[in-house]
Amino acid sequence: MEPVLRLQDVSKAFPGVQALRGVQFDVRAGEVHALLGENGAGKSTLIKIVSGVYRPDSGSIVLDGQPVQLHSPHEAQRAGIATIYQELLLFPELTVAENIFMGHAPRRAWGGIDWRAAATGARQILASLDIHDLDVEAPVGALSVGNRQRVEIAKALSQKARILIMDEPTAALTQADVERLFAIVRRLRERGVGVVYISHRMAEVFALADRVTVLRDGAYVGTRDAAQTGEGELITMMVGRTIDQLFPKSDVPIGMPVLEVEDLSLAGVLDGVSLTVRAGEIVGLAGLVGSGRSELAQTIFGIAPATSGTIRVAGELVRIDSAATATRLGIAYVPEDRATQGLIRPMRIRENLSLAVLGELARRWFVDRAAEMRLAEDAIRRFSIRAPGPEQIVGKLSGGNQQKVVLGKWLATKPRVLIMDEPTRGIDVGAKAEIHRLMTELAGQGLAILMISSELPEVLGMSDRVLVMREGRLVAELPRADATQEAVASAMMRTAKAA
Amino acid sequence: MAIAIGGRTRRLRRIVVGQEGVLLAAIVLLFLVVGALNPRFLAETNLQSIFLGNAYIAVAAIGMSMVIISGNIDVSVGSLIGCMATLSGSLAVAGWPIPLSWLVPIVASMAITSVMGFLVAYLRIPSIVASLGMMSILKGSLIIVTGGAWISNLPDGYALAQMRPLSVPMPVWFMVVLTAAAAAWMRYSAAGRAIYAVGGNAEAARLAGISRERVVMMVFMVHGLFAGIAAVLFATQLSVIQSTVPPNLELTIITASVVGGVSILGGTGTVVGSTLAAVLLAAIGSSLIFVNISPYWLRAVQGVLILATVLADLARRRRQAAHR
Repeated sequence: MEPVLRLQDVSKAFPGVQALRGVQFDVRAGEVHALLGENGAGKSTLIKIVSGVYRPDSGSIVLDGQPVQLHSPHEAQRAGIATIYQELLLFPELTVAENIFMGHAPRRAWGGIDWRAAATGARQILASLDIHDLDVEAPVGALSVGNRQRVEIAKALSQKARILIMDEPTAALTQADVERLFAIVRRLRERGVGVVYISHRMAEVFALADRVTVLRDGAYVGTRDAAQTGEGELITMMVGRTIDQLFPKSDVPIGMPVLEVEDLSLAGVLDGVSLTVRAGEIVGLAGLVGSGRSELAQTIFGIAPATSGTIRVAGELVRIDSAATATRLGIAYVPEDRATQGLIRPMRIRENLSLAVLGELARRWFVDRAAEMRLAEDAIRRFSIRAPGPEQIVGKLSGGNQQKVVLGKWLATKPRVLIMDEPTRGIDVGAKAEIHRLMTELAGQGLAILMISSELPEVLGMSDRVLVMREGRLVAELPRADATQEAVASAMMRTAKAA
Repeated sequence: MAIAIGGRTRRLRRIVVGQEGVLLAAIVLLFLVVGALNPRFLAETNLQSIFLGNAYIAVAAIGMSMVIISGNIDVSVGSLIGCMATLSGSLAVAGWPIPLSWLVPIVASMAITSVMGFLVAYLRIPSIVASLGMMSILKGSLIIVTGGAWISNLPDGYALAQMRPLSVPMPVWFMVVLTAAAAAWMRYSAAGRAIYAVGGNAEAARLAGISRERVVMMVFMVHGLFAGIAAVLFATQLSVIQSTVPPNLELTIITASVVGGVSILGGTGTVVGSTLAAVLLAAIGSSLIFVNISPYWLRAVQGVLILATVLADLARRRRQAAHR
């Protein structure tokens, strides 16, 4: 059968990364085609190309046998391609009917909008999806997440979508809502809509998909019929990467526990997490985005204080209620997002580096300039920050050098525990290797490091022990010897027992 | 050694091409050109009237710059200065000791801006809203209380702004000394650094242990101090005080900050820049008269300067963003 949509040899590069490399993908009428891959594998870029947000650098998009160019999301919609993103794009103050017909409402003869016809149309579309409990006059902001998603689906159908892309549609849904979503997706398939379904949850993929395509590092790995493959094969396809670009951590003596977390919970996010990090040890924390990894780090660092559980630093029971307390206790946190959490971009390198120790550098009211300059020059040398000098504005540095500044800022506090969230995201290979080398060196000096990373090779290469989180819980602890890509990935993604 | 020399030339270049350098050059150019067209522009009496009559704007712009650098704004400052000037004059006329009639408005001004600071820092009300509310309250109560009457018969020795220690007018002393002190404080103190940090990225600052709430509270209090001093200079420069809010005063003060290179998005700028900009704006206003252009053009010129400065700032930010 000729597919409705076919992508051939599509490539897309962004400054510093090749996001897609000669990828092929197709969707047939009346099928659910699952798209699988780790974070950063290129799924998002691929769907943004299909939905007209990005244009490919090379390769072709063929719709109904005709090559097309999609210049904007609006053009893609007119071509019958609708996308439902993770963050739903609805207007909370407007009603269900108004949202469904936003931009293409039925008109009256004189050009005004025919709201009665819109309400009727909205009811018909919802009824055709077997949704009868939604008031089309209700404001969308008052609806549950599941209902909002149904509104998005109805909106897509009102635009006569033949292809519906759903990006992790179940990420925020309750179990009951998931069941209803599945029913709706199956109904769409019967009506001949081609559904592109992105999810990390294997159970969903096997419950819904007719075919599965796997991407890895921006490249096409393969397409399988769902009936003829299994979890094991798909996971192997997703993770088969090499570790050779890394500086693996060398063995250093491992000392006493420095950070001990017991039964830590944060309402709705973390559920009884216990872990220990020892001096000289790098503990890798793996898990999908949304598994609670970053939240765990932020809870330990006091940004979102725990609702229950205990934390010990160097054996002593502590209460951490703010980032300032955590810093005082010798915990440092290199956040996930440099731009929004890590750096003050309009400030100088020197000023960023001294930010977390300003109190100590200040004599009476004034910052000790000489000491600050020494700190900055030391950090620039130690971390090989490539910049004209300490007076350089941080916003002008490359990603890797910015990350070194963030790291330098936190190491200036002389921490005992260093928590790093995605320490090498979005930086080039050389800077990555330097940061890995630094981590080994720091561990050698007795620092306890907890490293969160979405990149399995990084987790495996750098960690003495690997912890895996899923749905707010620690689900696996693997010593270095047992931590293979397959073992970690399967713990990250394995069907939760309850589901 | 090469590094040190490199550092020095870079520093020199930064001063020359920075906002302060541009403003200084503009001031010098303005004086040269207008002075050539009409030499009376450079007469001592005119120079004095330029500085004397506008120094209080530069003083208020120091505090305003700090507020804007911290990522906030205060549109009530004009009303605040009007109210505090009236308070100062009323106290003097009522027979309060003269030092108290100078001091009490300054303290009152800090109390009022502290209320705003509390609303902005702890109750998270956007500063534009909090200060708009404060502006209405101040403007309204001033009219109700005084009925717009003029305050005259001010006691001898009250006219602080007319004093001339070492034959330099008092407002100029205040402008220069306060600008220098504030510049040093912003540049070298931990508190000043914290203001830039919160305005530049409040989240990153919080992670580094800097409390946005405390910094914003402090900034508004310091702003109140400068606004209070500005009010006393304003009250004492003439022999009567018109107890209304000077029209558009807040806009002139905010203009001085923005043209002085303080980014309206927060995080960058200096108080030296805002003082230079206040001087430039005053000199432009005066020069229009001397070259026979209607002074009503002043506002339009100010508008062009604001837009030019903001566009330059945006271009700078774009260039930086490209390096992400």
